[in-house]
Amino acid sequence: MLLLVIVSAITYAIFFLLPRLAGQTPYDLAARYVGRNPIPSQIHDMEVRLGLSEPVPVQFWHFLKAIVAGETYTVGPSRVSCPPPCLGYSWRNQQPVWPLLVSDIPVTASLAGGAAVLWLVSGVAIGVVSALKRGTFFDRVSMGTALMGVSLPIFFTGQILLLLFSFKWQIFNVQYVGITQNPLLWAKNLVLPWICLAFLYSALYARLTRAGMLETMNEDYIRTARAKGLRERTVIFKHGLRAALTPILTIFGMDLGLLLGGAVLTETTFSLNGVGLFTIEAVRNQDLPEIMGVVLLASFFIIIANMVVDILYAAIDPRVRL
Amino acid sequence: MTETGGADVSERTGLRAWRAAGGLRGRQPQTAEALAPSRPDAMLEVHELRISFPTDDGVVRAVDGVSFSLDRGKTLGIVGESGSGKSVTSLGILGLHQYGRADISGQVYLDGEELISATPERVRALRGSKMAMIFQDPLSALHPYFTVGAQISEAYRIHNKVSKRAALQHAVDMLGRVGIPQPAARVHDYPHQFSGGMRQRAMIAMALSCDPELLIADEPTTALDVTVQAQILDLISDLQREFGSAVIIITHDLGVVAELSDDILVMYSGRVAEYGTAEDVFGRAGHPYTWGLLSSMPRIDEARAERLIPIKGTPPSLINVPPGCPFHPRCDYAGMTGGRSQTEIPILHEADPGHLVACHLTAAQRDKLRAERVRVTAGEDA
Repeated sequence: MLLLVIVSAITYAIFFLLPRLAGQTPYDLAARYVGRNPIPSQIHDMEVRLGLSEPVPVQFWHFLKAIVAGETYTVGPSRVSCPPPCLGYSWRNQQPVWPLLVSDIPVTASLAGGAAVLWLVSGVAIGVVSALKRGTFFDRVSMGTALMGVSLPIFFTGQILLLLFSFKWQIFNVQYVGITQNPLLWAKNLVLPWICLAFLYSALYARLTRAGMLETMNEDYIRTARAKGLRERTVIFKHGLRAALTPILTIFGMDLGLLLGGAVLTETTFSLNGVGLFTIEAVRNQDLPEIMGVVLLASFFIIIANMVVDILYAAIDPRVRL
Repeated sequence: MTETGGADVSERTGLRAWRAAGGLRGRQPQTAEALAPSRPDAMLEVHELRISFPTDDGVVRAVDGVSFSLDRGKTLGIVGESGSGKSVTSLGILGLHQYGRADISGQVYLDGEELISATPERVRALRGSKMAMIFQDPLSALHPYFTVGAQISEAYRIHNKVSKRAALQHAVDMLGRVGIPQPAARVHDYPHQFSGGMRQRAMIAMALSCDPELLIADEPTTALDVTVQAQILDLISDLQREFGSAVIIITHDLGVVAELSDDILVMYSGRVAEYGTAEDVFGRAGHPYTWGLLSSMPRIDEARAERLIPIKGTPPSLINVPPGCPFHPRCDYAGMTGGRSQTEIPILHEADPGHLVACHLTAAQRDKLRAERVRVTAGEDA
């Protein structure tokens, strides 16, 4: 919680200072909210209404208060109430940021969640087999593929997938359908982005798992487990994999949190209206409140994911105390 | 089997009996008869064990033709510097040398059953039940994520069909027997909640949970402080008496083997340098390397001013073992053998009955040097 306040303060500081450093005055910022060819008095009026000329701490207080208690904006022709969490008022859309953002979260969550399951299962499985069959044909091929997965950019693999499966053979369409509307179509339409995103990450995870597994299987306690007369399968999965997976869990939490804040490249490639595409649009239009909202949302997810990881870590490794 | 008079053999015990029964045949080319244990009554007989690891730099001959035997209830001490092959020997006996990456040959008879040619599944079934091992560093040898009780009962449940509850009760009993206070409560602790000595006790409890007939302790006390060392050694010999197991103690600490061992095997560079009863090896040491080990050991009954004499140089790389006697570059007496030490691998031969030494020095030279040594290190009780 404290972390969230700190993050929001830092975010705010950055987004407050950036325009100032770029030479923008409160007057210039206010000008963005008024229509084309405004008269100076209109802009001054807006500056006062948005509180842009107030001292920085006061503005930050308003910003925080809006998140917790909501805010009412009288920017446009009518009053717009913005219930909590109110992340500000968008310049380009002339409406509060939060509802815009919220409508995009299911898309990103579906994309990130599905891909995460896919990459975790495939990455770990490939990594384990590779480690156990080190130096064999399987190991070489899968690690070569993993290298490809890590190096190939998403917009490249994504285009290829789209070209083959969507345009040429027309097997998979990519268009977001709510999971509550039609779960089957939801999954089918997300297959390509999932594969595309999971390819990148599972490559990474396969390499990580392989390295972790190789290290773990050389540990003394693995030798002890074998000395007890345990079956090799038990040694690998009960004693080896469990220890090898803990560091991967940490990275998984970070990656998932990061992705929930917007899978920018994948969403752009597949034209999925998620948080990532929202971010791109916000950046293109230099809509500072929107960008700020995305950053806060992303940091929220990362912090939550990290907290979950910490709790899980303590559950897995008895040496860790919360 | 070479017969040297049945009555005579049965009267001798342990090592001497094995020698008398043709144990030395180990150096000769393997024949069909070598595939049967030469002493079927021994708990363990290792015959010409060779373990090598092919690496990018060459073949590492970690164990190069090691033979010994061990009776029930007896203790063998294997002594040597780091990298002399003592740990690999024991891992090879248990079939724990790296699967597929090491070449192993020779024979290991456990209670008459050959293990090198046995299926991995058979060796696995024996491992932990009939033969068990205690490892050097109990903190890294115990799994950090499982409770001590879970790890001990797991070992028990592999070889005994009992419920989890019964196995846990057995773990509590075992912890109590190795002297851990409040075993019923401590059984739920994790290894990191145990002290070093308690961890080693838990390790011993785990190894002994299935009443193994052969127990191999690989440097069981190196990671412990001195007072705990003594306790652990006492514990091992007490439990040995109680369970009647044969024990192999692997160590670089001659004090440890002096205390516990019936027989001593001195290893150097993957080969046997000297092998005999504890009295032979300590009292009538025949190999210059053993002399070096003895002089580098502090002795309480000698004058304080006496400086410890380290063995000069370092052990050879196991990839490029020096030609001839592997010890000759470090040996003070290698010049006395007329060049044989530099060119010819010394053969393990009897210096005294049942006392084997692999050295080119003649018996006369050895006696003379030993007498001089006694004069130099005054106080030797030879």
